[in-house]
Amino acid sequence: MASSRLIGLLLVAPALLAVGALFVYPLGFSVATAFTTKEGILTLGNFYRAFELYSVDIGFTLVIVGASTLLCGLLAIAIGGYLTLGENPRAVAILKWLYRWPLFIPFVVAAQCMRTFIAKNGLMNNSLVSLGILEPIQTTSLLDWRGIVITFVWKQTPFVALLVAGAMASLDRSTIEAARNLGAGRLRILIEIVTPQVLPTLVVALILSFVTMMSVLSVPIMISGESPTMMTVDMAFRINAYGDYGTANALGVLSYLMTGAVAWIYLRRGIRQGGKP
Amino acid sequence: MTGLAWLPRAIVLGLIAFAIFGPLANLALWAAAEQWYFPHKLPVVYGLKFWHQVFKPSSDAIVSLGNSVVIALLTVVVSLALAVPAGYALARLSLPLRGLIMLAFLLPQAFPSVAVYINVARIFYSFGLNGTIAGVVLVHAVHGLVFAVWIASAAFAAVDRDLELAARNIGAGPLRTFFTVTLPLAAPGIVASAIFVFLESLDEFTGTFFVGVPDVTTLPLLMFTASVAGNYQIAAITALILLVPSVGFMLFVERFLKADVLAKVGT
Repeated sequence: MASSRLIGLLLVAPALLAVGALFVYPLGFSVATAFTTKEGILTLGNFYRAFELYSVDIGFTLVIVGASTLLCGLLAIAIGGYLTLGENPRAVAILKWLYRWPLFIPFVVAAQCMRTFIAKNGLMNNSLVSLGILEPIQTTSLLDWRGIVITFVWKQTPFVALLVAGAMASLDRSTIEAARNLGAGRLRILIEIVTPQVLPTLVVALILSFVTMMSVLSVPIMISGESPTMMTVDMAFRINAYGDYGTANALGVLSYLMTGAVAWIYLRRGIRQGGKP
Repeated sequence: MTGLAWLPRAIVLGLIAFAIFGPLANLALWAAAEQWYFPHKLPVVYGLKFWHQVFKPSSDAIVSLGNSVVIALLTVVVSLALAVPAGYALARLSLPLRGLIMLAFLLPQAFPSVAVYINVARIFYSFGLNGTIAGVVLVHAVHGLVFAVWIASAAFAAVDRDLELAARNIGAGPLRTFFTVTLPLAAPGIVASAIFVFLESLDEFTGTFFVGVPDVTTLPLLMFTASVAGNYQIAAITALILLVPSVGFMLFVERFLKADVLAKVGT
């Protein structure tokens, strides 16, 4: 047994070392830089400057990413629910074929698509005007924080929906059939029976999406150039314009704290299940 | 069946289709437009002028495409070399603190990466890795490692132990069993993880943005630069090149990633 453990650890070690050297070490370096001056003295000055300059953007980042995560979750449950409980095979097949298209489309490409689509004279407004739903004078550009949310939801929902639909498909159908026989409607079955059982998968998918969206630099730059914007843009700006690693890393630490709070939910669930992630 | 019961369903599906394909259609229109300006709802002049510009030999796009593919292939090699042994150990061998080890691979996805990449770039600078292909490959490999390890582990876990035991019973050693039974049976899952890592690397923007500068330009970086400069045709054409592998994999993902493997990811 002891030798099998040793072999196991040896097999895992290279991968763990890579994560340590190329992720954990830079992460620690980032935290250390955030709390020190250029001369290496402990300080909170970087955080003061970060709040002074970017408190609006910090709030905006939370709102944008929070709203996007929530919308992704709701849409994913709706999609997964219809795929599991839908009674029209053709509609289920069409939805299954449709919803996944943006799954692996890179954020830069999604941003470029949206940048033209939801602009004031983009294809969306043009189509609505041509159909007579909007007057040309009513058209507005969505290229601000709303555009960032739209792009995030467009790109990230298929990922959450894929995992959620997979979990729903592998559920034991007997509870669903039992509820159906007792006369429960499909919406009620989705909310009260199916969703609670796939909650672990949903939470994991949403946390991964939250962090992914917190890390995106291209979308905020391309969709909404002006302030207020997301913290990632401010970090890149501090580095590229001023070489100001202190403030950039202070913002970085704040973004770690935001996702840390979210990831804590995941870990607590893992501990409840006896350390199994 | 009452006459119009299908109508609400058709309207909802139509709206979903518009929301999903509308942005892509707009991109395709820009890729085919030579001139398009307000107030025209569709391009004024269609043509392939910009395609010639993008695909002419030794253009920026061709160089970036080459960089992107080389980086993505090397990233697959590096991360599979790390992930296959680790995934096997996590699925089959008794490891102390197994749950924590699984979580450790999630770390690169569990923290927002922009600030980390800023510091990776700073550390790489002292090793001369900034602006090199090797530096970019290392960054991509670690970011994709969680998919590689978790999918590989799920793929190994989904292999029927009885088949391995049967091989051992008729006299095959552990290594031979691994290479002739376990690995071939887990291969579809491993291929899926390789494709995942390849795409992750091909599409990666932020890490390359900080670590690759100024010498390594990949396709996403080129697209970004073109878009910010207002060069929508070039941006749309490069975006279409990036779309081909992404959409292709999306359409075939279930061939590789069977439900039994998918259900074991992360456990």
